Parts: sequence; C-alpha cells; structure tokens
Amino acid sequence: MGEYLLRFLIGGAAVSAFAVLGDIFRPKSFAGLFSAAPTIALATLSLALAKQGPGYAAIEGRSMIVGGLALWLYSVAACQLMARWRLSALLSTSLALLAWFALAFLGRMLLPEAGG
Amino acid sequence: MIRLKWSALKQNHWYEYAVRFALGGAATMATGAIAKAYGPVTGGLFLAFPAIFAASATLVESHEKRRKRDKGLQGRMRGRQAAALDAAGATLGSIALAGFGAIIWWLAPALVWWSLLLALVGWSAIAFCLWWLWFRQRGRARLRANF
Repeated sequence: MGEYLLRFLIGGAAVSAFAVLGDIFRPKSFAGLFSAAPTIALATLSLALAKQGPGYAAIEGRSMIVGGLALWLYSVAACQLMARWRLSALLSTSLALLAWFALAFLGRMLLPEAGG
Repeated sequence: MIRLKWSALKQNHWYEYAVRFALGGAATMATGAIAKAYGPVTGGLFLAFPAIFAASATLVESHEKRRKRDKGLQGRMRGRQAAALDAAGATLGSIALAGFGAIIWWLAPALVWWSLLLALVGWSAIAFCLWWLWFRQRGRARLRANF
C-alpha cells in the first residue's frame, strides 16, 4: 500500500509540474510538447531503478520506444480529428485512444520477452 | 517566438490542478500495477500512455472558449484549433519520448541513475530541435503562400 501511495504522490507531482510548464509557455504548439513529457516514466523508472534494478528499467525503456510511437499516432489522430473533423477535444482524445491501443498491442506482440 | 505567459496560471481553477494531480498519480499507480501483473515489457508500453492528454486538451479548449466568450464571441472553433495546436506539439514531443526510452534502454545498465538525467536532457533536446524545425518550416510555407 505504501509503495502505491508513493507512486501516486511522485506521479501526481511530476504530471502537475510539466502541466504547469505547458500552461505558461507560448506558442501553444511549443506548450504542447509538455503534453508528451516523460512524466509517468520519470516517476516509474525512478522507483524501478531503486527497487528492481537497472536491467528491469532498461526493459521498460525498450518498450517505451513502442509506447512513444503509439503516442505519436495518438497525437496525430487527435490533432486531425479536432482540426479537420472539427470534433470536440474530449471526443477526439477519447477516439484517438483506439490508435494508441492498436499500435501499442501490435508492438507488444513484436517485442521479445524480458531477457530476450 | 517562445515566451512565458504567467497570467495563464490565473485562468486555472484550483480543482483543475487537483484533477491533473489525481490523474497523474492514478496513471503512475496503474502503470506500476500493470508492470507487476504482466511484467516490464507490457508495463513499459504504458510509460507513454496519454493519461492526462484528454484533460489537458479539454482545458486548453475550454480556456480558449472562455476567453473568446468574454469578448462576446462564441469561440467554439477557436477552442478546437487551440487544442489541435497543442496536440500538434505533442506529436513532436512523443517522438522525443521514444528517444527517452531508447536512452534508458541503452544507458541504464551502465549508468543507472545518470541514465535518467541524460534521458531527460535527451528528451528536451530532441523535442526542442523537432519543434524548431517544424516552426521554421511552417513559417516558410506561410511566406510562400503569401507570394
């Protein structure tokens, strides 16, 4: 329970810090970079390095490359749905999740198992 | 060019900060639980999960709408355009995020904690360079369109 609380606090603080950066920077396109900042990764990998060791963190880093590409597809889809299809931000970002899951799970099938 | 707009912080309500903190914390907790249940290969994918993207984009849209409404305009389209620009920036940031993962994969076994710092520096450098190239390209395209 204590570990999950620690994760919650570190993750919440990291996300909030980068979100504030995204709020204050202009232009909006530059501020958008912070929407894809490594917030959850910083919190999770810090704990992984401390508890499971660098080998475990390296495997998570390798998977994160695929996750990052899935996030790229997600952002492109969300951007197009809002700019071209004129859908609301909430609907666009919700629909774009399908793109993230599709690419992430395709990538998961191609990734070798830990130690592979 | 890049500038800071401190007054943007005043547009946020206290509960908007609380929602982002809670979503970020919950996403980090969930990522830990997924890694524990399914291993680091699956868990690592979720380090790039768009956990607070929807909340951020909705905030950008609603703030822009509110600003336009204060000026007597409807602002619905402007709100969506602002959120779309935010997402355009995120497309560049996400490529940098894949770079962050690659640096951790490459350097964590040898440098341990330093790899985290170097990956953050790498993310910032890649994100900034990509944005700068995109911004310049966009400026040139606009210039060409005017002639």
